[in-house]
Amino acid sequence: MTQSATRPATRPVRRRRQTNPGQRRLRRREWLRNLAFLSPWLLGTGLFFLYPLAVTVWLSFTRYDGIVAPVWNGLDNWRYVFVQYPFFWQSLRNTLWFVVVIVTMRIIFGLGLGMLVVHIKRGSNLLRTLFYAPFLAPPVAATLAFVFLLNPGTGPVNTILGHLGLPEPGWFNDPHWSKPALTMLAVWGVGDLMVIFLAALLDVPKELYEAASLDGAGAVNRFRFVTLPHLRPILLFAAITGVIALMQYYTEPLVAGQVASGQIGGSGQQTEPGYPDGSTLTLPQLVYNLGFQRFDIGAACVISLVLFVLSMVFAAFLMRRGSGFLAGEEL
Amino acid sequence: MTTTALQPDAPETSHELRDTYHRRRILEWIALHSLGVALGLLFVLPFVFVVLESLMTDQQSLTRDLWPQPFAWRNLVDVWNTPGFSTWWRNTIVYAVSGTVLTLLSSIPVAYALAYFRFRGRNVAMMAVIATMMLPPQVSIVPLYLVWAQTFHLTGTLWPLIIPLVFGDAFTIFLLRQFMLTVPLAYLEAAKIDGCGDFRTMLRVVIPMIRPAIAAVGLFQFFYCWNDYFGPQIYASENPGAWTLSYGLQSFKSAHHTDWNLTMAATVLVMAPVIIMFFFAQKAFIEGVTLTGVKG
Repeated sequence: MTQSATRPATRPVRRRRQTNPGQRRLRRREWLRNLAFLSPWLLGTGLFFLYPLAVTVWLSFTRYDGIVAPVWNGLDNWRYVFVQYPFFWQSLRNTLWFVVVIVTMRIIFGLGLGMLVVHIKRGSNLLRTLFYAPFLAPPVAATLAFVFLLNPGTGPVNTILGHLGLPEPGWFNDPHWSKPALTMLAVWGVGDLMVIFLAALLDVPKELYEAASLDGAGAVNRFRFVTLPHLRPILLFAAITGVIALMQYYTEPLVAGQVASGQIGGSGQQTEPGYPDGSTLTLPQLVYNLGFQRFDIGAACVISLVLFVLSMVFAAFLMRRGSGFLAGEEL
Repeated sequence: MTTTALQPDAPETSHELRDTYHRRRILEWIALHSLGVALGLLFVLPFVFVVLESLMTDQQSLTRDLWPQPFAWRNLVDVWNTPGFSTWWRNTIVYAVSGTVLTLLSSIPVAYALAYFRFRGRNVAMMAVIATMMLPPQVSIVPLYLVWAQTFHLTGTLWPLIIPLVFGDAFTIFLLRQFMLTVPLAYLEAAKIDGCGDFRTMLRVVIPMIRPAIAAVGLFQFFYCWNDYFGPQIYASENPGAWTLSYGLQSFKSAHHTDWNLTMAATVLVMAPVIIMFFFAQKAFIEGVTLTGVKG
């Protein structure tokens, strides 16, 4: 009896909701409103993300030089890139090197400089400004500056090393030193991370340090048991965004290689990629090199897709592990 | 008796203790501050050496001298008068200013919708925004270039870089949405009760409340355009009349067969406006960086 009593009670209500013309008009208006507000982005995603992605997939199975119409050639480009093309695995190894070393060094320096600014009493504002300013130097300008500073002939760094009687590395002209030189450049621009760590360090409750001191914790233990646990989410954030940024590492290694080798570069011009000895070659550079200098568009699209898959893997990781500070609320 | 025997001792030991404690504090202070001075110098020295090099004569820049003698102030003027340099400047400013304005205009409504509207697929939309934000520009460049070159014939100009910003920018949308979530909902409800539609609420209530965030996000976009190298390299490289500072600067050393002094003079002229802007808008910068990383 109770069942039959409730059923007719709920059903008409639901039906009335669906057919009520006022409600329907409201929902329609709401839908139009959502569409109006979101339209720029919906169009943008379609035109500049989904469409190019689909074309990239298609072109990766064709032979195409940009002039003669694309010809289907199956997996030839994929085989060429993964098996024959010598620079693919090299640039993947380089990218791995940059990801591991640069992300680690930037986190160490970002955190270290942040802690220095927090603990220093006099002139901490000036120091913060000095540490932050290099981050703002345009990448091309900063890279040129470092190629000059480290040039083996007249560079100030080797001049000073020479005066001190130390060995003078070839930096951007030596395949063993080009990556460390780029790492120094990346660490010089650590200002953004430093500011983020600084804000987080100032957020750690002071009482916790006092309590730890009363319990007899020294500086090392205070750092390990109070500071680090508070910074864990930000460390994770810095690590993942660092990995994503270095997957896209392009301007600095390209400009450093071209300027150090004296090449001009430009569309359609053959340049030795990743001077010296391919040691500064990264995946995004291969897209440019294959697609815009050798006009092997099919192979360039294969590299694009590899880059796409790798970026999305890390993006998914960030969204899952880091949704706390990415989404603000439920995602 | 024991107490009287101990008493004269006690103040002495505690005094000694305080002394060693004091000495350690002073030593720590000195160590910390000298480390600060050393690292501060290390971070500022690249700028110093670049500026010094930019003021050297041609002969001197071939030597290992560190200090210019005499100061060749003319270098800066010469670089400024290099054919093309003022064009690169103009192009960079056009790209950065129009890019910033268009990005903000198109991204604010999208961020508003993602922050306040409840609709099916909102989570998917948010995830798509984050995914696009992390996408390297090289992923979609080949088909986009082909369209701009073959369909619109717009390569050799900056239009292929400016037009896409009419459709919003994922990073800007994401950040603005995060800031909008910090606006108390009571304000929005009050506006609605007073008869404001969504568009009016956005203009009159939300935008004024997140003005500092809009300034920070605008600065980011401005700097993104100002620093962009890949975009101008792809679309503008074939026409020097469309080069930006970032792209032109890179070609400076090899194209003009100059020595380091003039190249560094050009570098100084490219770095200077950004650093000067930073000193005027330091707060917005640092707040912006902090908010992007931690808050949300």
